[in-house]
Amino acid sequence: MFNTFKQFENFGHSLNAPGYHILARTTDDIQSAFALAKKHGLTVTARGAGRSYNDASLNGGGIVLELSAMNLIQSWNPTTGVVRAESGVTLEQLWQKVEPDGWWPPVVSGTMKTTMGGCLSANIHGKNNFKMGVFGEHVIEFTAILPTGAEVTCSPKVNADLFYAMISGYGMLGIFTSVTLQMKRLHSGLLSVDAFPVPNLSRHLSALQDGAPDHDYIVGWLDTFAGGGSLGRGQIHAARYLHEDEDPKPQETMKLKNQVLPPYIFGVFPKSILYQFMKPFANNLGWSLVNLAKYVASLRTHTFRQAHAAFHFLLDYVPNWELSYGYGGLIQYQSFLPKETAEAAWTEIIALSRKRGLPSYLGVTKRHRPDKFLLTHAVDGFSFAMDFKVTPSNQSKMREMLFEFDKIVVANGGRFYFAKNSETTAETALAFYGEETVAKFKKLKKRCDPNGLLESDLYRRIFG
Amino acid sequence: MSESSKLTPATPLTPRKRALVIGASVGMGAALSRKLAKEGWSLALVARQKDKLNALCGEINADGERLALAYPHDVSKVKEVPALLQKIVSDLGGLDVVIFMAGVNYPPGGMDKYNFENDRQMVEVNLIGAMAWLTPIAEMFQNAKAGQIVGIGSVAGDRGRVANPGYNTSKAGLHTYLEALRNRLTRHGVNVLTVKPGFVKTEMLKAAAGATPFAIEPEKAADDIYNAMRRRKQTVYTPFFWAYIMQIIRHIPSFIFRRMSF
Repeated sequence: MFNTFKQFENFGHSLNAPGYHILARTTDDIQSAFALAKKHGLTVTARGAGRSYNDASLNGGGIVLELSAMNLIQSWNPTTGVVRAESGVTLEQLWQKVEPDGWWPPVVSGTMKTTMGGCLSANIHGKNNFKMGVFGEHVIEFTAILPTGAEVTCSPKVNADLFYAMISGYGMLGIFTSVTLQMKRLHSGLLSVDAFPVPNLSRHLSALQDGAPDHDYIVGWLDTFAGGGSLGRGQIHAARYLHEDEDPKPQETMKLKNQVLPPYIFGVFPKSILYQFMKPFANNLGWSLVNLAKYVASLRTHTFRQAHAAFHFLLDYVPNWELSYGYGGLIQYQSFLPKETAEAAWTEIIALSRKRGLPSYLGVTKRHRPDKFLLTHAVDGFSFAMDFKVTPSNQSKMREMLFEFDKIVVANGGRFYFAKNSETTAETALAFYGEETVAKFKKLKKRCDPNGLLESDLYRRIFG
Repeated sequence: MSESSKLTPATPLTPRKRALVIGASVGMGAALSRKLAKEGWSLALVARQKDKLNALCGEINADGERLALAYPHDVSKVKEVPALLQKIVSDLGGLDVVIFMAGVNYPPGGMDKYNFENDRQMVEVNLIGAMAWLTPIAEMFQNAKAGQIVGIGSVAGDRGRVANPGYNTSKAGLHTYLEALRNRLTRHGVNVLTVKPGFVKTEMLKAAAGATPFAIEPEKAADDIYNAMRRRKQTVYTPFFWAYIMQIIRHIPSFIFRRMSF
């Protein structure tokens, strides 16, 4: 078993934890991983693409069960738009399968490398959360293996308690084996995107709120370096699907070759090495200039058409961009706040970050709606994600600052998302989930996993 | 804090190095453990003397956060190693560095005295014990492509001398074993450090035969080891000047060396 020991990292390269690596190819492999864990007194964590920014798929010193080889699209019906896929199938595989037939996954993340299992576990949201909700709302049913060895099928009607807890459960209750999803109909391979600037936080948030009803997707970029009267300034990208008659050649725009991201920039420069050239900018001065330049460039209000893949998968546009943050990697701090308190809370947070001299390099805002999954992160309001570079000299200062952020967010009725934040404590989680939710989750955990076999570093941090 | 035997997992902003110290309860092992704890490392401490081990753990954990876990174990019980290692790595949440410190020294007490039982025990603890622990760890580190192995040899392992053949053999064997591991593992990004202390003021020194010049405190040895670990050195003498002394001793021709009483 010692020869399976392997170093695992999170997406931000900010944390590593070695564990025993088992690659599952069949559901039997999942069963034997549980048996092995029991025999050796170890724990198991499922891992898909390892795209969470924190410790959700890390299990230091335990078994890491990789599911990316279970990546078969088991059935696809282009008439009904219903697809059934194994849990290791990535969003990339999925959209490339359904898009040429005129369908699109109803909810996608900012990277297409995530797996179905990961999407279910984190219950991901996209730039259309306000309209289409979370990933779990489009699941017709899923199958999973519980640590007891039981194989379960769950839908909103069958095993509903497990359905609403396992989706958003971060793999702490069972391991997904397959999922059946409803895709969304497209009438074109293109989206119509409106881009316009917003001069401050108040206008930023009202643009997100007011722009949402008329659009299918809305996302804001927030200049985290701007303060004073310009605090919260940025740019909004609001997109809508094209109607049936708007695209004269839908068959052409929906072709895969018109969707895939180009491997070169300006037609010649290979994007695979672009991150190396971003490294010199990965500091406070560099990123303040990038943010300033981006704001100036965003001042032009315009409307354009963009392919789905290019609009959605910004994180894949520059491969390995996260490596440009260097040795300490990056962390993301994302807070979800009700629409009533968001402005005050984020004004305080951005001002604090500026005051401490620990600016976020990239800020992204979205509009959200609540959902009924047990460990939900969404609220009727907005989210604001901040990327921070981690260095040995800023760690303790930053941790202190993030704890202050946590207090502000919780006091304002906010929530956090466990695919992102890495420093949230058990106390903070209890504060925003409430005791009833945590007790309900722990009860389900006991039922699904009486021997405590499924544990990740995230689980130990929040529920351990 | 729950009843869990595991340490709190690290986060990006509270990163922690994880070390396993074998032979931690007294002397250099205890000094190095204290040093590592002061630097914020997570520690699994293994030693035969349970009371001393628990006392050390208690002392390290007294300042608030739990950093050290205790595992009583006799390194000559090699069959226990794989399961115990697995538990330790699981409790620590990984493993970055292993320090094999355990060692015994039973001088025969004269140039005309022989004692196979003592010699065998020294080889069993100092060499076989090290191999039992470092073999699975080397395998883990090779596969993980990361890690550091620190073995505590001795200046006594640089030459076979009249005073203590069994001890010399156990330490020379350990040096060669560590060198072989280094040659295997460097290409996988794993550092193997051989530490060769001179005389250190520990329990073991009291048993030593003959003069013990330039003896240092265990804390000084621990500082030297820690610095060598940070610099990912290959071989280090503590204190440093033993490197020069041993350079000379290693070059004394055999026709002279075999006539010496040293």
